[in-house]
Amino acid sequence: MSTVTTEPSVRTSTMAQALNAALRDEMRADPTVHLLGEDVGTLGGVFRITDGLAAEFGADRCLDTPLAEAGILGTAVGMAMYGLRPVVEMQFDAFAYPAMEQLVSHVAKMRNRTAGKLALPITVRIPYGGGIGGVEHHSDSSESYYASTPGLHVVTPATVDDAYGLLRASIASDDPVIFLEPKRLYWSKAELNTAAATEPIGRAVLRRQGGSAVLITYGPSLPVCLEAAEAAKAEGWDLAVLDLRSLVPFDDATVAQVVRSVGRAVVVHESTGFGGVGAEIAARVTERCFHHLAAPVLRVTGFDIPFPPPMLEHHHLPGVDRILDAVAKLQWED
Amino acid sequence: MTVLDHRPTAPVPPWLPGATDPRTDPAPLLPDHTPVRVLGTPELAKHDPELLRDLYRRLVIGRRYNQQATTLTKQGRLAVYPSSTGQEACEVAAATVLRPQDWLFPSYRDTLAVVGRGVDPLAALTLLRGSAHTGYDPVATRTAPLCTPLATQAPHAVGLAHAARLRGEDVIALAMLGDGGTSEGDFHEALNFAAVLNAPVVFLVQNNGYAISVPLTKQSAAPSLAHKAVGYGLPGRLVDGNDVVAVHEVLSEAFDRARNGGGPTLVEALTYRLDAHTNADDATRYRVSAEVEAWREHDPVTLMERHLREAGVLDDALVARAAEQAEALAATMRAEFHAEPQLDPHSLFQHVYAEPTPQLREQADQLAAELAAEAGA
Repeated sequence: MSTVTTEPSVRTSTMAQALNAALRDEMRADPTVHLLGEDVGTLGGVFRITDGLAAEFGADRCLDTPLAEAGILGTAVGMAMYGLRPVVEMQFDAFAYPAMEQLVSHVAKMRNRTAGKLALPITVRIPYGGGIGGVEHHSDSSESYYASTPGLHVVTPATVDDAYGLLRASIASDDPVIFLEPKRLYWSKAELNTAAATEPIGRAVLRRQGGSAVLITYGPSLPVCLEAAEAAKAEGWDLAVLDLRSLVPFDDATVAQVVRSVGRAVVVHESTGFGGVGAEIAARVTERCFHHLAAPVLRVTGFDIPFPPPMLEHHHLPGVDRILDAVAKLQWED
Repeated sequence: MTVLDHRPTAPVPPWLPGATDPRTDPAPLLPDHTPVRVLGTPELAKHDPELLRDLYRRLVIGRRYNQQATTLTKQGRLAVYPSSTGQEACEVAAATVLRPQDWLFPSYRDTLAVVGRGVDPLAALTLLRGSAHTGYDPVATRTAPLCTPLATQAPHAVGLAHAARLRGEDVIALAMLGDGGTSEGDFHEALNFAAVLNAPVVFLVQNNGYAISVPLTKQSAAPSLAHKAVGYGLPGRLVDGNDVVAVHEVLSEAFDRARNGGGPTLVEALTYRLDAHTNADDATRYRVSAEVEAWREHDPVTLMERHLREAGVLDDALVARAAEQAEALAATMRAEFHAEPQLDPHSLFQHVYAEPTPQLREQADQLAAELAAEAGA
């Protein structure tokens, strides 16, 4: 089965289909790639990201596991110790917490605690964030937990191309990668060129040029920021939008270069603000770009509350108006 | 055919239409009524005298190793030592039953098993000395790092055994745990995954009666810890954990079962920690001396010596030779650990990732500058 070669293709694809294609192409290219998780086999996952993979590669390479996240990730650790390259699916962001001990105490630390003798090339895929009307425990943005754990890479795509390219890069990485999939973008569509979508981990990208200020964002908030930048034109602001793509490693060089060129920055993410990734970004930008800044770096984030019920979530999630309100506070009078 | 196609199915009652879960008769999975023992029974005569003498020799060396390591903590040469004094039979049996291709997943109290498995006796203590997290190559020695978070190594053993089986390779994983660890969720998830995957893995629980200070009666209401296997669909075994021959025999049977496609086994070995939890613990706060003395009468080392002498497979010369080897090892330990370890602060940033991130490079430069300033001051 693994002798099937993968022909590059160009076609309109959803992010979900791009992720599926990335898994399929990695499994074809590397027989040590094994998927495991809840409902990933026969069903193809609750979001259908693993659709058809059990049929093509067999139930052993696309394994429906018992329903126990610590057990899933712990089993993946053992598989990786024996030379396999496991890709774990956590069904939802908030369902991944039972695996936290395995993640923090073993996955993140194994290379370090064995002085490099034992690496764990595990990819943990986690659908994350709100905006799809999910009830309690289905909409968490958990990236700050992972980003503050040394030893993990934390990657999150916002486009169809990146979903494909970054997932392949994550699976190929010899380090563990937390791959956060913005679930409200699963059904976003774009043309996917699998031959061209080969993005390495660790590089931010400017999605929109602009000379007034930059919106620094990632994952589910990228389309919101692009929309805000479009709306800002009416106010006379020409906003740049920077997509981080990788929270760890963090692309300080690109972020600092863009901020220095425009002098004003707003960090936008869905996750809660206190102790969040945005706080780290604002601090780093301030430390590195202080003399280039015309205003303090502001944050637009989710409120510091448990994720609200779906009928109220739009009040919590950063939207265009809240982003523009922040932009308006960037001391333009100076 | 997948790895999941191993489960026997039994008829479901006709009044439960559509019930498809596999059912197995629990009776064959139930643990032994009384702990298996060999010493003091006619069964001893069936065992190879060479194996018996080797087990004895390992017990004597193991006891001395435990004593010397504990002494080194008192001299400040080891940061901490969770001694397995009193539990050497389990440690020795575990190490002896492993074949070169098998993998060991030890807990922090299993240094002796790690050494018995072939890891350098000094390198095995690196974690407890505090100079590095792991002193040996886990892949080359097929021995996972000593695991501190309780029972978290158990699912690793399952995953490794599963991977080996997928590759068609004859490898068995042995996970070692304590009685306290059986309360952790990872233990239960590991048993369940092992049974569902039919993984060639053996779980050895050393029930030494206490999780630091908490006695087993406050830890579990189960008939035995071995009974926990039954609910997950694997067999439980109960063995006298101070009878090294019995532990070796029960583990060997579990290994044979795993090798022959029979899947995992849970072994509970009843033993006793004669020392405190670690050098930092005071066991007199939670144990009465009468209890400790009763277990000293059932000491695994003297028990083995007495029965082997009675069986005529051990004489004064062999006893003296084992003692000599033990003393030689203790002397090596003293020499090594009385020397200061070589430490490299620059190594802190190595092996966090395959390639350091730009941020780690900056921090490494910062530390290097601090060290250079100190050296120049």
